[in-house]
Amino acid sequence: MKKVFENLKNGLIKSNPVLVLALGLCPTLAVSTSIDNALGMTAAVLFVLISSNIVVSLIRNYTPNRVRIAVFIVIIATLVTIVDLTMQAFLPELSENLGIFIPLIVVNCIILGRAEAFASKNTPLNSTADALGMGMGFGIAIVIISFFRQVLGTGELSVFDREIFQAPGLTDNPMAIFILPMGAFLVIGVLLALLRYTGVIPNE
Amino acid sequence: MNDLVTIFISMALINNFVLARFLGLCPFLGVSKKLSSAVSMGLAVIMVMTVASIVTWLLYHVLLVPFGVEYITTVMFILVIASLVQILELTIRRTNIPLYNALGIYLPLITTNCAVLGVTLINTREDFTFLETVVSALGGGIGFTLVLAMMSGIRERLQLADTPRSFKGLPNAFLVAMLLGLCFLAFGGMV
Repeated sequence: MKKVFENLKNGLIKSNPVLVLALGLCPTLAVSTSIDNALGMTAAVLFVLISSNIVVSLIRNYTPNRVRIAVFIVIIATLVTIVDLTMQAFLPELSENLGIFIPLIVVNCIILGRAEAFASKNTPLNSTADALGMGMGFGIAIVIISFFRQVLGTGELSVFDREIFQAPGLTDNPMAIFILPMGAFLVIGVLLALLRYTGVIPNE
Repeated sequence: MNDLVTIFISMALINNFVLARFLGLCPFLGVSKKLSSAVSMGLAVIMVMTVASIVTWLLYHVLLVPFGVEYITTVMFILVIASLVQILELTIRRTNIPLYNALGIYLPLITTNCAVLGVTLINTREDFTFLETVVSALGGGIGFTLVLAMMSGIRERLQLADTPRSFKGLPNAFLVAMLLGLCFLAFGGMV
């Protein structure tokens, strides 16, 4: 049981997929324009990551070693199609905002990476814990980045149409660069440097 | 003709894959430490992107649309790209050894490069004609290579610069990407 908990904790900070391993950067930077998008993306990635880890772990003893990557990709692509269609049907607005980054979860290195490095060698229980930890680690990173981008770029913070606070002085003159693509690079660059400076994650 | 030029400029410069669309960031950060490897990677990406766009366009319009099974687009495109990369690798190894030595290790990496799957999905969503698809893939690839080469040139020098310890490596690369993105913003007026 202790090992399950260790696996869960591992992905959160120590080997955070985005901030430490630098995996899955494309969706992190692209959809972090608002917290709503960030949460939607996290939910989609969590679902695909957990299900693919469970399936891969269940069939790990029957998959021929030579074709394993192809098998993993088909499993992941099927799961992503399920998420894509479900989202189009029930959350059309979110689906529109996330655009091609939903089908692009297929090539998100976090998911294939965990299937190959962890799920194909471990039991379903441990793999679920690992997927949950990694998915949450991804979620933490993307929510932090989108928080700064939304607050600095629009001057207010609202989650699912509910307003949480307005930053004084920023509402009238928001710093629009943070909503533009360059803002994402700026936020993640400074955030990484700060986390390294304070010792939360190791220096290079 | 005018449309094609617009698509090319838009894909290569204005909506640059790396700086504006955030596609292909992994190779952008991973392979941009040396100029020579960056150019090889860029050439491999241009080649795979163009071939993949042509093949997926044909399959989409000949198979998926007439049979009404567009929902398997994602599964099919990724399988097509993965097998294409394998076929390209084998063909180049048999026919052109110097090219294989230059591109060799970068080709397999391209399968999981989101820029390639991205360009095929964008082409499908924008409902491009065949010619537009080819131009958009070429533009995307060339834009990607351009930024990759610029980035590696800058990073080669940045390694010698005296930057704060916490900024070494990735944080610096992100800040350079931000400045490049700001420069590319100026291309917005071209179309």
